[in-house]
Amino acid sequence: MNSIPVGRIIRFALLSLGALMILAPYIFMISTAGKTQSDIFTSSLALIPQHFYFAENFAKALAKVPMATLLWNGVVVCGMIFFFQVVVAIPCAYAMAKLKFRAARLMMVLVMLGLLVPIHATALPLYVAFDGMSLLNSYTSLVAPFTISVFAIFMFLQFFRAMPDDLLHAARLDGMSELGIVARVIVPNAWPAVTAFAIFSVVAHWNDLYWPLIVVSKQAYATPPLGLMYFRAAEAGDDYGALMAATLIITVPLVAAFLLAQKRFVEGITMTGLKG
Amino acid sequence: MSALSLRGLKKSFGGNAILNGVSLDIEAGEFIALVGPSGCGKSTLLRILAGLDHADSGEIFVGGKDMSPVAAADRNIAMVFQSYALYPHLTAGQNIAVPLAMKRLSRPQRLPLVGSLLPGQKDIRTGIARDVREMAGLLKIDHLLDRKPGQMSGGQRQRVALARAMVRQPSIFLMDEPLSNLDANLRVHARGEIVELHRRAGVPTLYVTHDQAEALSMADRVAVMIGGNLLQLAAPDVIYNDPAHIEVARFVGQPRINIIPAFAENGYVGFEGIRLALLEKLANGPVSLGIRPEFVKLSPSGRSGLSGMIERLEFLGSEVIAHCRLEASGDAVVAKLAPHEAKDLIAGMKVGVVLAPVQAMVFGPEGKRLRFAASARREPAHV
Repeated sequence: MNSIPVGRIIRFALLSLGALMILAPYIFMISTAGKTQSDIFTSSLALIPQHFYFAENFAKALAKVPMATLLWNGVVVCGMIFFFQVVVAIPCAYAMAKLKFRAARLMMVLVMLGLLVPIHATALPLYVAFDGMSLLNSYTSLVAPFTISVFAIFMFLQFFRAMPDDLLHAARLDGMSELGIVARVIVPNAWPAVTAFAIFSVVAHWNDLYWPLIVVSKQAYATPPLGLMYFRAAEAGDDYGALMAATLIITVPLVAAFLLAQKRFVEGITMTGLKG
Repeated sequence: MSALSLRGLKKSFGGNAILNGVSLDIEAGEFIALVGPSGCGKSTLLRILAGLDHADSGEIFVGGKDMSPVAAADRNIAMVFQSYALYPHLTAGQNIAVPLAMKRLSRPQRLPLVGSLLPGQKDIRTGIARDVREMAGLLKIDHLLDRKPGQMSGGQRQRVALARAMVRQPSIFLMDEPLSNLDANLRVHARGEIVELHRRAGVPTLYVTHDQAEALSMADRVAVMIGGNLLQLAAPDVIYNDPAHIEVARFVGQPRINIIPAFAENGYVGFEGIRLALLEKLANGPVSLGIRPEFVKLSPSGRSGLSGMIERLEFLGSEVIAHCRLEASGDAVVAKLAPHEAKDLIAGMKVGVVLAPVQAMVFGPEGKRLRFAASARREPAHV
């Protein structure tokens, strides 16, 4: 008999249950995005909308807030944050992982401390500083506080430590400077780690509501989650169908990006990228 | 003037002395094997030579020029690494081209995109490509140039690593156990190839290995390094037949040399009927007697030699290794016999162990070699 082992069935069932629990809100959001106002407020809980109202809800979502601006702001802010984070963190992590210098220990301690301090603790002084520089309501204020990511440094550090020293020795003998090594040897081989970090960084900052809420008060610089806030408060009132449609629109780019980079993402997390 | 000379190199890590004042000269065109057990400091020495690490004290001269202020990249020293250290993201051809590109192209010319628009770089790149192809032809890796290291076998990677090191015509060639990641058959084959390449290029080479057979078979001279000290630097046959130190004698030779404790008294070393007259003065005390396994004979009848027992026999085809134990002293003695000599031997049997006294070597209490008069003789039976 060609039976599937019981253990495997149980494992599969547990995993499916977990996935379902995590996906449930998202599924419910998709369903709500297709319902009419009266569907949403009926007492019974239905997953399939009675009247398919997707088109109308999406039309409303796109019409009532400048969705293109929101998405564009999201892309610019996340892109700039990610770019600067990588530009800062890679040389820094390389130096800490592979070079011997006196402050290395102290830097490691600072990185560890940095991991422990949440943005909420520094939000107020940062706000005052940006206000003093008249930089509120700008891309700078959205991007600058996140350009140095201790998490990125920490993650790349772990990855670079696993890189063979001989590779760097060979590069030095071949005539490369330390920056040359970073650009020509480290970066081309760090793609799994960079991809993995990209997911963390972009997801965190695309979904971030806290910081944009503090430094942005004009719609022109609103990021997608902030745009949703305006949408709910000012434009839509209690129109949950349209709100869900708008939410769906701003989550789709992330879901798509993750599905595309999934393989590399997993590679990066397991850090099996490089062998001598 | 030596191609390379090291003067009193010292290095320690956190209080652990790794190199205790190593001095070494390599003549032009010479192939020197630096051999020693793992952790003896040979790789550290190589890294210091290449400029990848700094010595605590001591000097390095290449062609008479002091290298201490010179950066690794400008020493024109090439190195082949044990792990090959090929750039994983580049093809074999690109790997070989890297040192040439770094040397011949200026900084702006090396930039991606922009670099390819600058004047003059095209000729240089053509020149690099030609040299890469020539080197690939020499090492018979033409067909691999478009492959990445991940798609190559160990032997192929090793050749690419050799090509990358040789292509820029270095003044010194360093190799750090380049064959230890290859399988046994390939290793013996690659030995010959490296020696052949060295003969053709004539670049002075320092070859680090922990395999004494590799060192003896490849090198013009062998440097034996143990515990951070360079104990002997000599031609392979001298290292084997005339070791200067007990550690050298122990390290070189397979199976290992028999070391038997003996006693020096009044200028003579006596051991079980052997009596050797020392040429140097030595206080009475324990010494060590070394006899190579090939100078130990076994007498199945037990009529001659010291009585002992065969514990184990190893048949190796062209020879048989007999592990024996002496009855009187309990010392282990290994004999290397021709198959016909071992025909009648079986494990567990009592034999006479005949040690050839003239072939013995005497080592002092600190391991230093002591000479004795050639006329060793057997003492009368009553002693």
